[in-house]
Amino acid sequence: MNLRIPILKLNDCLIVSIQWELDDQTALQFQEDLLTKLHETSARGVVIDLTPIDFIDSFIAKVLGDVISMSGLMGAKVVITGIQPAVAITLIELGIRLEDVMTALDLENGLEKLQRELEA
Amino acid sequence: MSYRSSVEILTEWDIVAARQLGRNEAKEVGFGTVDQARITTAISELARNIYLYAGKGKIEIERISEGGKYGITIIASDEGPGIPDVRKVMEDGFSTSGGLGAGMPGVKRLMDTFKIDTVVGEGTVIKATKWIR
Ligand SMILES: Nc1ncnc2c1ncn2[C@@H]1O[C@H](COP(=O)(O)OP(=O)(O)OP(=O)(O)O)[C@@H](O)[C@H]1O
Ligand SMILES: [Mg+2]
Repeated sequence: MNLRIPILKLNDCLIVSIQWELDDQTALQFQEDLLTKLHETSARGVVIDLTPIDFIDSFIAKVLGDVISMSGLMGAKVVITGIQPAVAITLIELGIRLEDVMTALDLENGLEKLQRELEA
Repeated sequence: MSYRSSVEILTEWDIVAARQLGRNEAKEVGFGTVDQARITTAISELARNIYLYAGKGKIEIERISEGGKYGITIIASDEGPGIPDVRKVMEDGFSTSGGLGAGMPGVKRLMDTFKIDTVVGEGTVIKATKWIR
């Protein structure tokens, strides 16, 4: 049951596409896997695509926020892509502001944004 | 007539089961995608609170109707420690577990009505309703 989220490497970026509903264990495992992979590959950027995700609760939001801060500590920038309208609305109503988080509409835009950031 | 379904919350996996039940019910009752997400999120928060703070309990989903309106009530009940200061836990950012403290005030905003009955040492019952607009 505890499937791991695959993390792909493309040039100096890691790409994560979250394809199914996150349970707590999978979310925490993902946090650990991503940081390990950042360390192993010295990647400088991460794109996390949430297109198929249809809700985010406070726990998952905290894990995502932590992943972003932790990646920052390790010198990598994170872009979140594909947040559905319903997810954006419920996150705000929950009172969660993913402030200072880079976002983009989709994976392609996210990668472009990340490249620009890394070149800057 | 009202129709009720329920999930016992004993393990972390039951949180997933409860929100899946909630989403299916919300869909069947006729809620749109945004309301489905609101209801799913609210259930997830209440179920996780049961798991974290009471150890075990129950999430019930009731289909309701009144004067041609249709909706869903989530009933989250446990026989855990209860909540000593309800006003505090309804504040954004209050958490005794290092969480975001977004759960309870969040559920109140996501749903149309929110009612909490809690007795220290006896447990907590939270009822939250959403109507189709
Ligand atoms: N069923 C419950 N029984 C006892 N105490 C509870 C229960 N639900 C919530 N609480 C208390 O209320 C506090 C606030 O809950 P809330 O869900 O708002 O935040 P949290 O669970 O701490 O963090 P988050 O939900 O953002 O991850 C909790 O820290 C806990 O002390
Ligand atoms: Mg909570």
